[in-house]
Amino acid sequence: MNHLPALPILLPMLAGVLLLLPPLTTTLDRQRLGSLILAGVNVLVAILLLVQSNEGGFHLYALGDWQPPFGIVLLLDRLSALLVFVTAVLLFAALLYASAGEDRTGPYFYPLMMFQVMGINGAFLTGDLFNLFVFFEILLIASYSLLIHGGGKHKTQASVHYVLLNLVGSSVFLFGIAILYGAVGSLNMADMALRIRELEGTNLRLAEVGGMLLMVVFGLKAAMLPLQFWLPRTYTVAVGPVAALFAIMTKIGVYSMIRVHGMLFGDDAGELAGMILPWLWALGLLTLIIGAIGAISSPSLKRTTGHLVIVSVGTLLIALAVNSEQSISAAVYYAVHSTFAAAALFLIADLIAEQRGKTYDRIVRSRALAQPVAIGIAFFIAALSLIGMPPLSGFIGKLMVLASMESTSQMGWGWSVLLLSSLAALVAFSRAGSTLFWRTSGESTDRKPAEPAKFVAIWLLLAAAPLMSLFAGPVVDFSNATALQLFDLSSNPALLLPGSGE
Amino acid sequence: MEMLVAFIIGVLTTCGVFLVLRGRTFPVVVGLTLLGYAVNLFIFASGGLVLDGAAVLKQGLEIPDPLPQALVLTAIVIGFAMIAFAVILAMRARADLGNDHVDGQLPEPPKNPRRTVVGKL
Repeated sequence: MNHLPALPILLPMLAGVLLLLPPLTTTLDRQRLGSLILAGVNVLVAILLLVQSNEGGFHLYALGDWQPPFGIVLLLDRLSALLVFVTAVLLFAALLYASAGEDRTGPYFYPLMMFQVMGINGAFLTGDLFNLFVFFEILLIASYSLLIHGGGKHKTQASVHYVLLNLVGSSVFLFGIAILYGAVGSLNMADMALRIRELEGTNLRLAEVGGMLLMVVFGLKAAMLPLQFWLPRTYTVAVGPVAALFAIMTKIGVYSMIRVHGMLFGDDAGELAGMILPWLWALGLLTLIIGAIGAISSPSLKRTTGHLVIVSVGTLLIALAVNSEQSISAAVYYAVHSTFAAAALFLIADLIAEQRGKTYDRIVRSRALAQPVAIGIAFFIAALSLIGMPPLSGFIGKLMVLASMESTSQMGWGWSVLLLSSLAALVAFSRAGSTLFWRTSGESTDRKPAEPAKFVAIWLLLAAAPLMSLFAGPVVDFSNATALQLFDLSSNPALLLPGSGE
Repeated sequence: MEMLVAFIIGVLTTCGVFLVLRGRTFPVVVGLTLLGYAVNLFIFASGGLVLDGAAVLKQGLEIPDPLPQALVLTAIVIGFAMIAFAVILAMRARADLGNDHVDGQLPEPPKNPRRTVVGKL
């Protein structure tokens, strides 16, 4: 049996434990070195998984060799392998950035990051609905602690909202799972998908209610419209590397919608087929609008970026709502691009805040940065990529989303809102950039230039933008294959159950 | 039996939701606890309720669905940890911010209830 699919969960967990034990925990230098090496190994494992998944097919890993649908399975397909890889790169960059000083501001930074990644990877890999809940809780409790890393009034205040909101979300998640289990009688996603097709009467309605409750929960994680208010504030107060890692968190909500709703309520689900799609379309458009309005009215760069994360979620949601192979492929490409771009921008905003002293990253006149050119170039690239200007990856991603829309009403609404939100992003970044870099009063402060490790981390994330557009051919091929595989699994979930022939 | 369990879950959920919407952290945490109880009972009942069934296995007796019991154990443990974290966070917020309002600041009471104050934040 191939044990590789379990590694992205086991490795961060063991890394977190190791980092809490004496040889590594004693000095900060050992922690830094140890966590960077472990995160590097994690990246290598993720690359191996990516290569393995690209060979075609998917891998099922039955934990404890309990065969599905009775045991818990991990499912490694193209989508989960890709997202595990993105998380691994993000973790490495965040740790590298943090190792230049951010880790001093609070205890247990590295173990918490590792546990957070364990939860994220688990959520991406699991094929069992209740297991998904467990991994959500793991990543949430790690994120609660990471959010207040560094301490301070603002963090406590934002974290109260974030924690309470997510606790309510967890309750709703459990209600949804219990209703679905009561109606369907299984928790293995593939098995559930097969059983939902044969439901009728009361159980059908119950399954519908359960599915809708799950959409609310995933919408909360993804920051879909009525549930997006927590995001800008949370991401604004978090320290740079934590905010960068959090950039993948909204994608977990979107991923769960693709995985759970795509499989359970896919095209072949009978009466319930595609039941959330009209909601996703309307809410996605509204999310785009509210994110764009937020972005142009933000007082600080981090908050602008937070609102643009909401914009990217809206883009992903409307791509999901179109629900064709082309649009899912576009969503996969766009998700990877927007995660890297937003994470890079959070790190840049953190660097700017550090060099400007008292005004932090607020968009007001202030003293000049210590390194205006180096940071300015990085900001320029990140902003162009996030707005979606050619020739960077954001342009290709948005183009793919736009091209995937078919009917006239989709084009009318989708194109106009998406393009207007890009315009809003452009306005927001022009305002922020010109104020932060040009409207300076007085000479540069006597602050030291940033540590090289920070720039390396930022460029590592920024490199994704030109690379994803330079190698757009292979990347788009991969995302097309991902979408194809998702539709295959959704139309034939029996593939994921043993005894049906691999 | 089903009526009773459904009624209890309904009452717990209602109280939980009401308390979660309050303005201070203590009622909110109590509300979350009640929601947790409700959800645990709900999961327990999701496999169907069996009266006078076998505790583990016994011939001739109906066996209740064991999976919800395993699920509810997991949910209880996780819920307990999360509530504990919320309590500690609420205390920390009380210490850091000087009050126990969930927004970190007390809403200003209107000085003259007859006149609405406009333009004052």
